[in-house]
Amino acid sequence: MALPETFHGYRRENNRVGIRNHVIILPVDDISNACAEAVANNIKGTVAIPHSYGRLQFGADLELFFRTIIGTGKNPNVAAVVVIGIEPKWTQRVVDEIAKTGKPVEGFYIERHGDIETTMKASRKAKEFLQWASEKTREECPISDLWISTKCGESDTTSGLASCPTVGNMFDKLDSKNVHMCFGETSEITGAETVCEARAKSPEVGKKFMKTWNEYNDFILANKTNDLSESQPTAGNIAGGLTTIEEKAFGNMQKIGKTIKYIDVLEPAEEPSKGGGLYFMDTSSAAAECVTLQAAAGFVVHLFPTGQGNIIGNPIEPVIKLTANPLTARTMSEHIDLDVSAILRREMNMNEAGDALIKETMRVANGRITCAEALGHKEFVITKLYRSA
Amino acid sequence: MSNTTDFIVHDKEDNVGVVVVEKTPENHECTGWVMEDDSTIKIKANTSIPLGHKIALQDFKTGDTIIKYGYDIGKVVQDIKKGDHVHVHNVKTKKW
Repeated sequence: MALPETFHGYRRENNRVGIRNHVIILPVDDISNACAEAVANNIKGTVAIPHSYGRLQFGADLELFFRTIIGTGKNPNVAAVVVIGIEPKWTQRVVDEIAKTGKPVEGFYIERHGDIETTMKASRKAKEFLQWASEKTREECPISDLWISTKCGESDTTSGLASCPTVGNMFDKLDSKNVHMCFGETSEITGAETVCEARAKSPEVGKKFMKTWNEYNDFILANKTNDLSESQPTAGNIAGGLTTIEEKAFGNMQKIGKTIKYIDVLEPAEEPSKGGGLYFMDTSSAAAECVTLQAAAGFVVHLFPTGQGNIIGNPIEPVIKLTANPLTARTMSEHIDLDVSAILRREMNMNEAGDALIKETMRVANGRITCAEALGHKEFVITKLYRSA
Repeated sequence: MSNTTDFIVHDKEDNVGVVVVEKTPENHECTGWVMEDDSTIKIKANTSIPLGHKIALQDFKTGDTIIKYGYDIGKVVQDIKKGDHVHVHNVKTKKW
C-alpha cells in the first residue's frame, strides 16, 4: 500500500495541526471544577476537563502539573480555551502560556466573584469562542503534521503477538515520513531495558533512556511492598496469560516495530523539540496518566492496543483502540476501532495489519469519531510525583 | 491459510508457546506455528489451557529460565512438564 501523503486537519495560529476542534473549559485547580462544569453545561459543545489537583503542589511536582495543564490548552486539537481558577495569579500563568500559541484564551477567577458570577462571565466567553471555532474548516496538510502517540493497556499475550506489532509495523512505515511519534511506559520496559536502550538513535540517547529507567526502577524498589503482583502485571494482564513484567515488557516493546529508532527521551508532558521521528517519554504505565501526558506534549492522535479490553479515552486526543484478542473483539466490540485477531488465525499478516491501522488512523485524523469518543470516554488524569505541601 | 493453529511461538529459541484458540481440550494434540521460521510443531496439552496462556514446549526444572521473544521472561519455581500450562503458579519474575 502506498503511504498516505496528506490528511485534512485544522491548522492553528502557531502552524501546528489539530484533528479536532475543541473549545475547552480548563480548571486550574480541583475547587474550580464545579464552575468549569457549569460553564460546559451552559454552552453546548464545549468540553470541561475536571481534575483532582492544582493546590499546594511544589517543586518538580508543581512544574509537571503546570506543564500538563498548559500543554493540554496548547494542544492543536484545542481551538480555544476558557481557564477558570480560584485565584488570579496561577490562573494568569496558565492563560499567558497558552496564549503563546496565538489561540484565543481567557482566564476567570472565582475569589471575590463566586461561582455564579464567574460561571456567567465565563459562559459568555465560552459561547463566543465556540461560535468562532465553529467556522474553522479543515485543510489539506502533509502527513508530517500528524503527531501520533501510543500506549497499550490491559495487555495480554495477544498484544505481544499481534496488536502491539501492528502499531510497530505502522511506526516503521511512517519513519520515513517525518511524523512525530511517541511511546512511554517506563516501568513496563522492565526486563527489556537493555533491548530498549539499543533502539536509541545514538549511545547518548540510549544513556539518557537508561538513566530515566534506572531512576524509575529505583523508585519502585524503594516503595514496593511485594513483587508488584496484580499491579505490574495487572490482575487483568494475568487473567490474559501474562505471567511476569519481563514478558509484558517484550510485548510492549513490539509497539516500536523492528527498525525505527527513538531520537530523544522526553520528560513527562515535555514537548518534543528535535523534529519528526520517534520519542520515548518517561511516563507511568497507567493508561489515562500516560495518554494525558502525551496529549499535553502535543500529540493529536493515539494508538492503543489492548488485549483484555481497556476502554480508555481522552478529552482532547482521540484514542484508537485495536485488539487481536477474539474474545475482546466479540464481547466488547463497541470499544474496538480495529480488530486484528485474524493475525492469530493466520488470515492476516503483519504488513496487512499495519496498513489497516494506517487507514483507520487517517480516517480518524480526517474526522471519523473513535469508539472512545462516541462512548464519552474523557479520562484526564494528572501524574502526581509526590505529596502536596 | 491454516485454520487449525492452536498456539503460536514467537522465536525459534522460545521454550513456551501462546494458545490462540479459546481453550485447548485436555490431552489434545495441539498444532503450533513458529512465527520466526514459519515452521509447525505438535505438542499434546496436558490440561485445558485458555486463550492467551502459555504451553510448555519442553520439561523444566525449578530454577530454569523461560524464553519468549528469544529473551528471558522469568524463572521456573515449580517443575513443569512438556505440554503443561505455564503461568504465575510455576513461573515468577526475576525483577522486583
